[in-house]
Amino acid sequence: MRSFNRLLALGASVAIIFAACGGGASAAPTIGPTEAASIEATPAPTEAPAAFKACLVTDTGGLGDKGFNDNALKGLQDALAAGYATEVKNLESKKDADYTSNIDLFVADGCQQITTVGFNMGEVTATKAGENGDIAFSIVDFAYDPAIPNVTGIVFATEQAGMLAGYLAAGVSATGKIGTYGGLPIPPVTVFMDGLAAGIAYYNQEKGTSVELLGWNAAAQSGVMAPADNPWGNSDFGNQQAQAFFQEGADIVVPVAGGTGIGSFNAAKQAQSEGKKVYAIGVDTDQYLTAPGFESVILTSIQKIIDKAVADAINLASQGNIGGTNYVGTLANGGVGISPFHDLSSLVSADLSAGVDALKAKIVDGSVKVADYLK
Amino acid sequence: MRRLPIGPATILWTIVAIAFAVQFALEGAYIALGVEILVGLVVLVLSTRPQGRTFLGRLKLPVLAIISAFIVGGVVLIFSDLEFYAAFPGDPLGTLAASLGRVGSAYGALIVGALGDPGKIVAALGSGNANKIGIAFRPISETLLATTPLILAGLAVAVAFRSGIFNIGAEGQLKIGAVFAVWVGIWVPLPGPLHILAALAAGVIGGAAWGFIPGILKAKTGAHEVITTIMLNAIAQQIMLTLLLSPILQPEGGTTPISRTVMDSAQLPVLLDLPKIRVHFGLIIALLAAVWTSWLMFRTTKGFEFRAAGLNPRAAGYAGMRAGRTIVLAMIVSGGLAGLAGASEVLGTTHYLSPTISPGYGWDAIALALLGGTRPSGVVIAALLFGALRAGGPSMALATGVPIDLLAFISALVIMFVAAPRLVREIYRVRLSATAPSTPQVVETPL
Repeated sequence: MRSFNRLLALGASVAIIFAACGGGASAAPTIGPTEAASIEATPAPTEAPAAFKACLVTDTGGLGDKGFNDNALKGLQDALAAGYATEVKNLESKKDADYTSNIDLFVADGCQQITTVGFNMGEVTATKAGENGDIAFSIVDFAYDPAIPNVTGIVFATEQAGMLAGYLAAGVSATGKIGTYGGLPIPPVTVFMDGLAAGIAYYNQEKGTSVELLGWNAAAQSGVMAPADNPWGNSDFGNQQAQAFFQEGADIVVPVAGGTGIGSFNAAKQAQSEGKKVYAIGVDTDQYLTAPGFESVILTSIQKIIDKAVADAINLASQGNIGGTNYVGTLANGGVGISPFHDLSSLVSADLSAGVDALKAKIVDGSVKVADYLK
Repeated sequence: MRRLPIGPATILWTIVAIAFAVQFALEGAYIALGVEILVGLVVLVLSTRPQGRTFLGRLKLPVLAIISAFIVGGVVLIFSDLEFYAAFPGDPLGTLAASLGRVGSAYGALIVGALGDPGKIVAALGSGNANKIGIAFRPISETLLATTPLILAGLAVAVAFRSGIFNIGAEGQLKIGAVFAVWVGIWVPLPGPLHILAALAAGVIGGAAWGFIPGILKAKTGAHEVITTIMLNAIAQQIMLTLLLSPILQPEGGTTPISRTVMDSAQLPVLLDLPKIRVHFGLIIALLAAVWTSWLMFRTTKGFEFRAAGLNPRAAGYAGMRAGRTIVLAMIVSGGLAGLAGASEVLGTTHYLSPTISPGYGWDAIALALLGGTRPSGVVIAALLFGALRAGGPSMALATGVPIDLLAFISALVIMFVAAPRLVREIYRVRLSATAPSTPQVVETPL
């Protein structure tokens, strides 16, 4: 112990001496700590007249969810890559009280556009937008009625994409049973499940089949939800629930619960290794790409194209259009959709694929409405 | 061989500290420099004192644990940086120097983010501009804001610890307290201060009721409180969520689990009415609760019974104390304090209730009670440290790009070092005074 300590002390002193000598001269990318509390907006560098700083506050679900928050962050990074913004920053929220302080930090740091993620931040974003009328805000999954002059509300008609996925699943399922569950019984979740129910009902009507949806009753608006103490990260529950669905005869599972869904993908992969033909449908992003390892499982994903919406809002803000409108992502404007079938495209017959396209066209032109198929 | 008065590890961190001090001075981060020197002086004084029953003696282990945690955190920060590995073979010393600089910048930004920049504070006070003063004091305000629920929840767990009860249910008691308080805040129209008092009382009652259940179960049936409180945490979460999705708390036409805002008359006022200042009277309440808890535990007969039951329940029973009653009472007090933490959050900080009201205050509370040696004064100091870490984290992330999660890592290390006192004693060669307790007195009851 003693000699070890001495060695440690010796090594460290040498390092420190060099640190003291080299610290000033080396090209260390350190930023002075005092900048954290800087209240003045960063002055624009003269050579880049269009300096624009865009910032993003994520929800308590946090980064690394391979869905919602990560996708919003990708939008921020895309905005930087596309040149909509010249500098981007992001902060994670750990609790409700962080929303206010994170936005305040960004305002003090000179952000000209601030994106907030999730309905939890609805009220705080409205308050802060009122206090900082010259800063453009946008919020994902929330819209204001009436709209706030410097806020862009970004919401999605997810049920439209869900309906396509439901139709597709009904066509692919050999057993005629599809299972789904949610994270919490709240609209941003249940619209996915409503969409599935509508798509299956439409398929049954068109083909005269009786494909069933387990885990969600659209008429009663009730169904299977993950345990509320950990809705978005409970992969154990996701695993067990998927197995339960498979046992009841379902061969496709659609988890609408963030990271919990990874457990369901695992269950499907496990069942495949035992020779069962079971699949899963992803949500939010194309999970074939964002959840590697489950390529043999993921048939498609019900996508909310959050990244594009976030980047577009930043682009508009950088051109001086700081909000006052709500953006609704639909099948028509490409704001929602289902992702390519990738490795599992052989499961989708040309006939079925044509059926999906036909349904999409009908939803886009308004002749089919999701709500009509929820009875 | 004669022992050195100061261990080699103490010398090591002294050198590290001097390097950081030089860096902070070069960067003009004077508050970081000031904190650095202060910590250095405290440790210097501590290293000449044996661990023991004096105030400084008690401070010794926790302070050394905290410093060790920051050193390990810095090492991890260096070695978790992929660029470090890429640059190291080419220019080992320069890379090491740059990495140490990065750690210093991160810790400097953390300190400035938690305490503010004295230059700005002086300038703001000189200008007399309320907006500037508010912005200059914002970091301290945020630290105290984050400290408030931690003090109350930490006290809750400490009281239970002292009474020989391992209350893991502070999280659930806090949530039930928040539900009760927010309900009174939304629906019971009362004039000004009376409304606040009623809502706070409701929070205490809610938490106390949630603490009473495991208390009575343990006293009457011997059900172990660790199991019952964990289960009650899950039930509390469900109750809160169900109510948040029902008209009882949800605004008309609401679809998300966010409650109505409490009436203005029920909101705890902020301590200083300046822009950006959020710290509210909950802090005063938390400090008063610490004084009250201290008085209860160490100046009253009930407190003596609590502690006697904690030290040796059989002996306490033999001395004529009723063990069952003591357990139930201690859990009611503990739950009430946790409920007060929830009430202070919804009435003072957020003014509404949502499922993410607590980022695990109830779990942090266990660590705080341990770090504070289960003494109310210790809990307050430990809560200040954790509050500063929580409040300074975002500034650190923003200024230097170091992820906030590093701080969760450092907090966890602090706890580990405190929980392993022999390790710290070995590293720093702390002498033990003859009467010193080797660990904080946490005694498992055989009930």
